[in-house]
Amino acid sequence: MSEEIRTGVYTCHCGSNIAATVDVKAVAEYAAKLPNVVVSRDYKYMCSDPGQDLIKQDIREHKLNRIVVASCSPHLHEHTFRTALAKGGLNEFLFQMVNIREQDSWVHLDKPAATVKAMDLVRAAVCRVALHKPLTKGSVPIRADVLVVGGGIAGIHAALTLANAGKKVYLVEREPTIGGHMAKFDKTFPTLDCAACILTPKMSSVRAHPNITLWSYSEVTQVDGYVGNFKVTVTRKPRYIMEDLCVGCLECIEACVYKEGKFVDEFNMGLSKRKPIYIPFPQAIPQVPVIDPETCIDFKTGKCKKSCVDACGERHAINLKMKETTEIIDVGTIILSTGFQVFDAHRSPEYGYGVYPNVYTALEIERLVNASGPTSGEVVLRDGKRPKSVAIIHCVGSRDEKNNRWCSRVCCMYSLKLAHLLKEHTDAEIFNFYIDIRTPGKGFEEFYQKLRNEGVHFIRGKVAEVTDWAFDPSEEGKLVIRVEDTLLGFARRIPVDMVVLATGLEPHADAQEVRRRFNLTCSSEGFFLERHPKLAPVSTFTDGVFLAGACQSPKDIPDTVAQAGAAAAEALALIDAGHVEIEPNTAFVLEEDCSGCRTCIPMCPFSAITFSEETKLASINQALCKGCGTCVASCPSGSIVQNLYDDEEIFAEIEGVLSNA
Amino acid sequence: MPQDYSYFPGCSLQSTGVAYDESVRALFALLDLKLHELPEWNCCGATSYMSIDEGSAFVLSARNLSLAAQAKHRDLVTPCSACYLVLKKTQDYVEHYPAIANKVQQGLQAEGLPPLNGVQVRHPLEILYNDVGLDRIKHASVRPWRGAPIACYYGCQLVRPYCDSDQQQNPTHMEEVLKAAGIPTVDFALKTKCCGGSLTGTIPAVGQRLNYLILKEAIRKGAGAIVTVCPLCQYNLDAYQADIRKSTGEAIDIPVLYFSQVLGWAMGADAKALGLQRSIAGKQTIKQWFAASEREEKAHV
Amino acid sequence: MPEAVEPKILAIFCNWCTYLAADLAGTSRIKYPANIRVVRVMCSGRVDPQFVMDAFAKGADGVLIGGCHPGDCHYQEGNYKCLRRFELLRRMVKEMGIEDERFRLEWISASEGDRLRTVVTDMVEKIRPLGPRQTLTEVTQ
Repeated sequence: MSEEIRTGVYTCHCGSNIAATVDVKAVAEYAAKLPNVVVSRDYKYMCSDPGQDLIKQDIREHKLNRIVVASCSPHLHEHTFRTALAKGGLNEFLFQMVNIREQDSWVHLDKPAATVKAMDLVRAAVCRVALHKPLTKGSVPIRADVLVVGGGIAGIHAALTLANAGKKVYLVEREPTIGGHMAKFDKTFPTLDCAACILTPKMSSVRAHPNITLWSYSEVTQVDGYVGNFKVTVTRKPRYIMEDLCVGCLECIEACVYKEGKFVDEFNMGLSKRKPIYIPFPQAIPQVPVIDPETCIDFKTGKCKKSCVDACGERHAINLKMKETTEIIDVGTIILSTGFQVFDAHRSPEYGYGVYPNVYTALEIERLVNASGPTSGEVVLRDGKRPKSVAIIHCVGSRDEKNNRWCSRVCCMYSLKLAHLLKEHTDAEIFNFYIDIRTPGKGFEEFYQKLRNEGVHFIRGKVAEVTDWAFDPSEEGKLVIRVEDTLLGFARRIPVDMVVLATGLEPHADAQEVRRRFNLTCSSEGFFLERHPKLAPVSTFTDGVFLAGACQSPKDIPDTVAQAGAAAAEALALIDAGHVEIEPNTAFVLEEDCSGCRTCIPMCPFSAITFSEETKLASINQALCKGCGTCVASCPSGSIVQNLYDDEEIFAEIEGVLSNA
Repeated sequence: MPQDYSYFPGCSLQSTGVAYDESVRALFALLDLKLHELPEWNCCGATSYMSIDEGSAFVLSARNLSLAAQAKHRDLVTPCSACYLVLKKTQDYVEHYPAIANKVQQGLQAEGLPPLNGVQVRHPLEILYNDVGLDRIKHASVRPWRGAPIACYYGCQLVRPYCDSDQQQNPTHMEEVLKAAGIPTVDFALKTKCCGGSLTGTIPAVGQRLNYLILKEAIRKGAGAIVTVCPLCQYNLDAYQADIRKSTGEAIDIPVLYFSQVLGWAMGADAKALGLQRSIAGKQTIKQWFAASEREEKAHV
Repeated sequence: MPEAVEPKILAIFCNWCTYLAADLAGTSRIKYPANIRVVRVMCSGRVDPQFVMDAFAKGADGVLIGGCHPGDCHYQEGNYKCLRRFELLRRMVKEMGIEDERFRLEWISASEGDRLRTVVTDMVEKIRPLGPRQTLTEVTQ
């Protein structure tokens, strides 16, 4: 190779983000003296248009053929600068980025040391980039079918958006019905429109949509493949009623040998009882009952007269011998909308949940105020009496060093909503105990004002405990809230009839398993991690997998729906492009050096390497290679090379870092 | 099969809490558990020494742990809540704070004592719950309970902050153990509230008010006696009832016993061996519950 | 007692976990010593033992490899491959007279910016008292 290397180095101030800790001018001056460097500049914001123009201009004027930009993380702006190179007429891979912000100026305090570090890293990049070769991006076709995992409001909205755009969608839901948490809510804040009225029509549309295949009572158990071409295994639990034969008359439930419900009704948060054969709620989708083998007499003893089967009669929809089945589907993109779980109030024992019967969780109250709930909307205590006073305790399990430290975002607003509904249903005196009231949303603050005008009490203080300890006769038979009123500045005891715990949102117990299945990362609190908190909030580090709703972080319905729409749009963008560009960082075998030892073959987790009996050489299938480089590291004769991460490039980088010029 | 433990009674169990020492020994003997008193143990330092001279206080308490490390049985039983807390705290601080660990190390070296490795500080209640188990307690309980239901009172030091097996906010082991022995209990919301501690001596009005609240709530809940795990709680709730009667004008007279006394009784020990005669308040009730049953038993024989 | 000088640690981090943890440490403004220089690879499985040997040969005072936690590898199992190589390589490195403290493999996930700080700080603190690393020729002399 006789090409003369002409490198341009650009060191970014990032306003004061870098310049405050790294002497940017000194770095640029230092870089100017490095081998092959023809141009070295520093600039306020390299990622801005004028910054990029600098590069393009210099490529032309100074005939640059290598570019180094020292700025932020390549995860943020590598793409930006590569595009600038391409626009300047240079192959975009003749570029190396140096991270002197996230991994230098932001993490160090010592300016001289941070500056030396920046110089070391720039020197390494200059050494490395000289060895870069022009490359072409790979391209993978994208299958048009989409998998949506989780049928809450996020999954429903994403599925409908995609289906309306003409894409085939598989919607997989773990529970017997779609609808998620929203189906359990009575009203939604701040508009107080009925949750069922706005949700159930969307649920019906899912069922009716020709482009949507709904698999409820099913779980994704395996995911193989990559963006554009995922192979997904879905396990369908037996519901013992054939969905295609059932007409949803529900006569089987009526006919069950249990005349009354006897088992905990999960949908009503245990406030009512169901039979072994049941439908979670009247508007459930699919409109097909399910049999719970744990409680059904026939499953337990084999000695039931099976009146449900008789009731079904000619339709023969009940099949007690149904087995678990699996479906394997090919999809190009995946949207995860697996939602959240509610904080278990038992974990804050000071609030007496499970000890005092009249301590409820917010979700229980949602069912209690709901007209189709266990009491038909009558708000009564467990002894049937109507509460005259209610305490709503905010931040249960949220903003709590002992439990979850994050703010669950929705509890303030749903507490206000429940305060309003409880007042409406019972005319009770309502007390809200809060740390801070957080109402940042459209119409939220106005709703808070409205509640204050309705005469709801707001007491600022984290409740110490809920107790039945009666101090004097006025507290007899009541639950006493002990709290420091931080606005009045003293401790108070407030006796009430009912306590509502505004429990927070947390990741599902099996979020880690799900994360592994989809090859995702979780943030420290256990929610799925987005690719970038601001600029790629629905993408993940796994291409082709997108996030929607509370599985990414706690969020309310408007935000969830907006994110679901965004995730659908991201999937559509990939599908409509028809293909996705991939990094050309694949590995390949230099045939003349390969000894045919086959060491590399078991190294590849993707079975991309094959051994030819004819030539006695290994070869790598470029379509299957994902560019991890494990085979390169294992090759004893150094005959496997990897684009972008080749041995000589990495050695040059190491030498560059360590040579104290 | 007998089980062996090292035993650290602490100072209270040799003065105001003699009945606790007697009843724990009696109860353990009935359950075939052997207590080997630590030779030459010293005061744990209690809470007061910690606040005066933390460094020396840790060395003082660490000496006992070091003795236990030398002993044959490394499970160190201490019935007193203050001793339990201080010993646990010493272990915790030595583990987490190198400066304290150094000071303790120097102190022990000067005495020629080994470091405090591998000692488990245990409370008798926790041993009953975990080592003995509810089943064995049920089988060992031979006397039917004749008294009224009981309010279980844990106080603060046993469960906070070093609570190994029970829940800090709502401990339930005492209730479970008593229930297994056939002794009924009441729900008692004040089970972990402060008894007043040393305030009964320093600011009596404040200390006695805290005693009063606990006594009154137990009576309101229908308890015939309060059962505790701590010698200071027992003393505070027991000894000041006459003063409280005088200041409030309320007829409060309720026995305050150790959990080991009622359990020992259920398992057949003599009232005297359990130190039941040492109680100050509720003497009538104690006589009725325990002496009456003993007479009845004798009549049967 | 060797004189305390600022050691230079070469870090090789995988693109998906530890490199992101280092980015997260940055966005969280977590502070740690400026002794490390990160080289990014796609996967810890890419770490060729020669990279480590080369780094020590070129004067690194320490080498830190960072990968995803077991079971979390973006490429399924590259980190296990790395672990196996590391266990063998560690013995070799030791035989060459390089102290254990100077060569580490750590699993740091993308959400563990704080752990990155702990690891780097700890490594720097342990290496600093060892003084500058003697080269092979110095050892043999």
